[in-house]
Amino acid sequence: MYRYDEFDQAFVEERCRQFRDQVERRLKGDISEDQFKPLRLQNGLYLQLHAYMLRVAVPYGVLSARQLRKLGEIARRFDRGFGHFTTRQNIQFNWIKLEEAPDILDELARVGMHAIQTSGNCIRNTTTDPFAGVAIDEIEDPRVWAEIIRQWSTIHPEFLFLPRKFKIAITGAAEDRAAIAFHDIGIRIVMGKEGRSEFSIYVGGGQGRTPVVASLIRPFLKKEQLLSYLEAILRVYNLHGRRDNLYKSRIKILVKALGIEEFKRQVDEEWEKLDKPSIDLPIEEYERIAAYFEPVNLQAAPIQNEQVTAREKADPAFAAFKRNNVFAHRVPGHVSVAIALKEPGKIPGDASADQMDAVAELAERFGHDEIRVTYSQNLVLPNIALSDLVAVYDGLVAAGLCSANFELISDIIACPGLDYCNLANARAIPIAQDIAKRFGEQKKAEDIGPLRFNISGCINACGHHHSGNIGILGVDKKGTEHYQITLGGSPGDDASIGSILGPSFPAEDLPEAIETIVAIYLEKRENPKESFLATYRRIGKEPFKDALYNPNALNSGGQSDALEEV
Amino acid sequence: MSEYYRGGFLEDTWVYINDDAPVPETGNVIVSLTRWRAGGACFSDLQGQVGVFVEPDDVFHEHTDRLSKLSLVSLSFPKFSDGRGYSQARMLREQLGFEGEIRGRGEILLDQIPLMMRCGIDAFEVCHEPTIAALKSEALPGIMHTYQSPVNDRFGRLRRWRGQIQG
Ligand code: SF4
Repeated sequence: MYRYDEFDQAFVEERCRQFRDQVERRLKGDISEDQFKPLRLQNGLYLQLHAYMLRVAVPYGVLSARQLRKLGEIARRFDRGFGHFTTRQNIQFNWIKLEEAPDILDELARVGMHAIQTSGNCIRNTTTDPFAGVAIDEIEDPRVWAEIIRQWSTIHPEFLFLPRKFKIAITGAAEDRAAIAFHDIGIRIVMGKEGRSEFSIYVGGGQGRTPVVASLIRPFLKKEQLLSYLEAILRVYNLHGRRDNLYKSRIKILVKALGIEEFKRQVDEEWEKLDKPSIDLPIEEYERIAAYFEPVNLQAAPIQNEQVTAREKADPAFAAFKRNNVFAHRVPGHVSVAIALKEPGKIPGDASADQMDAVAELAERFGHDEIRVTYSQNLVLPNIALSDLVAVYDGLVAAGLCSANFELISDIIACPGLDYCNLANARAIPIAQDIAKRFGEQKKAEDIGPLRFNISGCINACGHHHSGNIGILGVDKKGTEHYQITLGGSPGDDASIGSILGPSFPAEDLPEAIETIVAIYLEKRENPKESFLATYRRIGKEPFKDALYNPNALNSGGQSDALEEV
Repeated sequence: MSEYYRGGFLEDTWVYINDDAPVPETGNVIVSLTRWRAGGACFSDLQGQVGVFVEPDDVFHEHTDRLSKLSLVSLSFPKFSDGRGYSQARMLREQLGFEGEIRGRGEILLDQIPLMMRCGIDAFEVCHEPTIAALKSEALPGIMHTYQSPVNDRFGRLRRWRGQIQG
């Protein structure tokens, strides 16, 4: 993974000093809260319902053991012993004191971390495939370019006061595990015409009140031209994106208003005029950065391991873990292990300081010092020898991190909701806890199969409910918390936006409604291999609607399907 | 405004002229882009230099705006959070080859000034009292290590991906 050199280190230390000074000026009253706000936001400091929240950048979700230990230490010293991993592959601390924020940043700087641009109307942390560099379906490791984008976008002086926040995702694999279609810019590494890899660039995707699947703006872009092309897109957006209405200010609205063709024309015109050599990355720099991402030197080993096989036979919990949380690795005899931070009943994405230490230790002992944070608020140990799998599993059991529900229905993505967020309409965490418990039984959950379940506490959609196979949105109905259900969203290659099922439910009726939806799926699927999403796409939403809102019609042979389809 | 900031506080010799006021015969004047475009005799008789003030949504016309005849462009930052002026400045410097003074006006705050400088803005009309006080008493709070080439480097065609601002 990337390691800070002297330059990066000096930069981040300078930044810490600058922030300390800004906090002092705020505490002295030299600058107002209004003027301080964009400064603190650009350092990841948010004001929430009860306290400040600090969002620390985990660039493209990659952590070393030392860094994860530091996050644990911060959770202990400055928070209440927990950290919360987010869908942006970052980590949040929810109980921070303003006066202590500069000290936290100093601590982070010691391990090459910071909170720069994790908030505010600027370019945010670039996200990528949590299995980058180890996945068997990978064309090329996207982390190299994610790091290049990180450096290019860091305090880019032109793009710190954009109309709105700006998110970039990149994937280098055949299967998109980074939800690139739901980003302001999505980048996909593809095989180009001459057998060289190139980039396909997508633009204008997003969640929020107006969910949009990104449009292809450029099918093939030479990799060495990436930065100037990004700069052209950002400039057109910075100059022409709407600034009069918060809800219309994302790039997706500009792309929609202009149409992708006209937007592309403006970007190309701007790109033509840019002084590309002064923007694009010099080849020496590319090589310097790429060298950090050389694959870990792993020796191929047998793909069967006696100890693993024996344990699978003897221990059903281990067998379930292996079925659901262990993934193929490009080097035979190795695996990637997903750690679900979704123990039913816990807060999705939360990890205690002790758990962070435990994972750090496993990464050091067995995992070549690497940990990934996933888009789905989980962790991954990407490089584990099959012969160490039992030891790793036992370590996870001891840390209370052995939920075998990765990508199952109880692996819920949820935003903080009303428990922390001052924009929320409704609570998200207790709903997630309740649903995860209902579907906590392993056999039942596995029978249901892969199911992306997302919850957002309000229309800002931080829990990405639009892209959940089942999505839940908290709404305010005459002052009480209600929940709207959407079905059929998907974050991956076949990206789609979920469709609203009907009127919302009060919290107490929601779990029942979810049970009904799942029951309909189990009843209607063609065979156990047909996933929830596939079944939904085949039969549409009517059977689910009928079961929820019109249970009597169900008994009359589902005629309402035909009636309502007109 | 009698003082503006350009490395230090200097006396401001420029005067803004609204569209409905006559252009004086002498002195350095800043007029709207529209008036400059309308052009005509009022500028040919002027004993002094001409600058234009532009709004965030103004777009320069490379071939007809006669930028080389201008000594100053004043960019507006109606709110510190409105970042269009940063793009306008870079376009002026890098694409239109403008070498005169680019000044920022509006809500100019201490922490934005180093960023503006990196985009090619070199003078600032500062109204915010704590910012004025800070500029008078201490160095700019900017970051010396930058991942992008600063605009001046681009002028010199000096390609530099990670650079250090000379203090
Ligand atoms: S979706 Fe709404 S409630 Fe949830 S974190 Fe975002 S803004 Fe807050």
